[in-house]
Amino acid sequence: MKHHSLNALLAIVAVLLLVAAHFGWIDNYIQIVVMTIGINIIMSTSLNLVNGNMGEFTCGHAGFMCVGAYVSSIISVLCFGSKFGDPMLPAGSVLFVFPFILLIGGAVAAVSSLLVSVPSFKTRDDYLAIISIAVNYMIISALENMNFIGGSRGFQGMKDTYWAMIDIFDGPWMLFWVINFTIFTVWVIRRFISSTYGKGVNAICQDEVAAEIMSVNTNKIKIINFMVAAGLAGCAGGLYAHIIGYVNPQSFNILKSTEAMVMVYLGGMGSLSGAIISAILFTTLMEILRSQAIIDGMLSPVTFIFPDWEPSAGVIKWVMIPLLLVIVMQFRPEGIMGNRELSDVFPKLKKFYRFK
Amino acid sequence: MMAQTQPQTNITPVLEVRGMTQQFGGLRAVSDFNVRLMPGELTGLIGPNGAGKTTVFNLVSGFYQPTVGEIFINGQPTAGLKPHKVTSLGVARTFQNIRLWNDMTVLDNIRVAQHYWLNYGFFSSVFRTKRYKQRETQISEEANELLEVFDLMQFADEFPKNLPYGTQRKLEIARALSTKPKLLLLDEPAAGLNSADAKDLIRLIRWIHETFDVTIWMIEHHMDVMMELCEQIKVIDFGETIAEGNPEDIRNHPAVITAYLGDDNI
Repeated sequence: MKHHSLNALLAIVAVLLLVAAHFGWIDNYIQIVVMTIGINIIMSTSLNLVNGNMGEFTCGHAGFMCVGAYVSSIISVLCFGSKFGDPMLPAGSVLFVFPFILLIGGAVAAVSSLLVSVPSFKTRDDYLAIISIAVNYMIISALENMNFIGGSRGFQGMKDTYWAMIDIFDGPWMLFWVINFTIFTVWVIRRFISSTYGKGVNAICQDEVAAEIMSVNTNKIKIINFMVAAGLAGCAGGLYAHIIGYVNPQSFNILKSTEAMVMVYLGGMGSLSGAIISAILFTTLMEILRSQAIIDGMLSPVTFIFPDWEPSAGVIKWVMIPLLLVIVMQFRPEGIMGNRELSDVFPKLKKFYRFK
Repeated sequence: MMAQTQPQTNITPVLEVRGMTQQFGGLRAVSDFNVRLMPGELTGLIGPNGAGKTTVFNLVSGFYQPTVGEIFINGQPTAGLKPHKVTSLGVARTFQNIRLWNDMTVLDNIRVAQHYWLNYGFFSSVFRTKRYKQRETQISEEANELLEVFDLMQFADEFPKNLPYGTQRKLEIARALSTKPKLLLLDEPAAGLNSADAKDLIRLIRWIHETFDVTIWMIEHHMDVMMELCEQIKVIDFGETIAEGNPEDIRNHPAVITAYLGDDNI
């Protein structure tokens, strides 16, 4: 059973995390960070499917996250909340219904990805990037103008679903769902891209003309690939909405899309393990740089010279992270992993798991 | 699998092109092109630079739709079909400048060329259904077999970009054959090869023609290659067919000599 030792390790880590969270060994803050890491892994691996494996350049991934977040929030409130009148489903069914709520959010996000994938038949590179930004804006603006779901004031009431779960069993439910969906995402993507079917995506990336001539239905594969990526991002959005308990269209603007892109380019294009590693690193770094003490410490030589300058962590973070990106692009433009997987860098890992 | 040179009326031609014209704006790249290839033929298409040879191939493989005219592959019209659909009717081609998928292994290059016939979709690939497993094993077996007969097995896990140029050409032909075509279009297979490699290529093409049940139509500039291989040669210039016949006729055809070398009366 050597081949399954990675699965076993993952399961142990997941259970340990849940147990630790349940008994309060790790506090709420750490839990939130872990959940953010999970969501970011979903975002970066799914965007990697489009930007890395297919070699398209889209920067509106947060738009699909937004669709997923809103759709699953609305369904969640309809089913278990009291905002739109009486709950439609008994609170006891929440544990079975909740994953489907997330998946429906993902499915609607997948359908909305047609807004980008259909233009991508004839458009590539910079032009597709512009289309994807436009779609991101379209989604946000449309939601801002829908006053019946809060418009630009945002939408809330999803916590009712969470409380319904807590009523059944008082545990770290959101952490549970995030861990499960993160593993689900990586599982789906890994199986998709390692099949001959999914390798058609790589063929499109490397030579679209040759792919079409060699019997790959490029348009269909593009649609499917975009749908998978957007669908998973939609699930991530649903999770995010239920963790925070509040969604606002502006949380999914171009800055959020950029975050996902930074993670993909940091990790290495087309490398699944790279996307995971960079999501973990990036989220951790974001949290570290959120601390005023650390920023003050790092900038003490500068503040020593300019004593009047009081850097604020919230602002300096957005100097540090782009700077990191500049440095990475200068000295390692292929990202942390290049287009290789962890098992290519450390072949000994293959003993423990079949990376196929 | 004897080469069949005599056209017979009761057999559907592998390729039939009727009155094909391609207009790019004001430029008439191909005009009133007709051809009929019977199963098992090995035919050549030659012409000076810019004569429209590659355009003919692009039209036949579905990459362009002809302005006027009809193309039939195994009796089926290709009008309005996307290139992958045309490929599925039984046409495969190679490119003048090699277009392999360079960051995929040699084996994957061969496997992905079976994409149209995978018969499973996204959900099968994720849930690894029975059909998925069956098809994947089948495809792997066929790909390995193909690499074996092409003597490329030792490169199976190599990336094409690391292979010598001649081997890349060979791999591209192998990839085209992986789609199990009835008609193989070779666009300048000997381009960039030295004379020793070109000799190997002649042997390879002849071997493919004898071994696989495939009609071959090739564009080539190396006249010695064409003269040695082809039973029939078609010559075009400025999109017009100027001559056709067996190599000996072509060699002495006045219109061909004029097209290649120019007129002697100024």
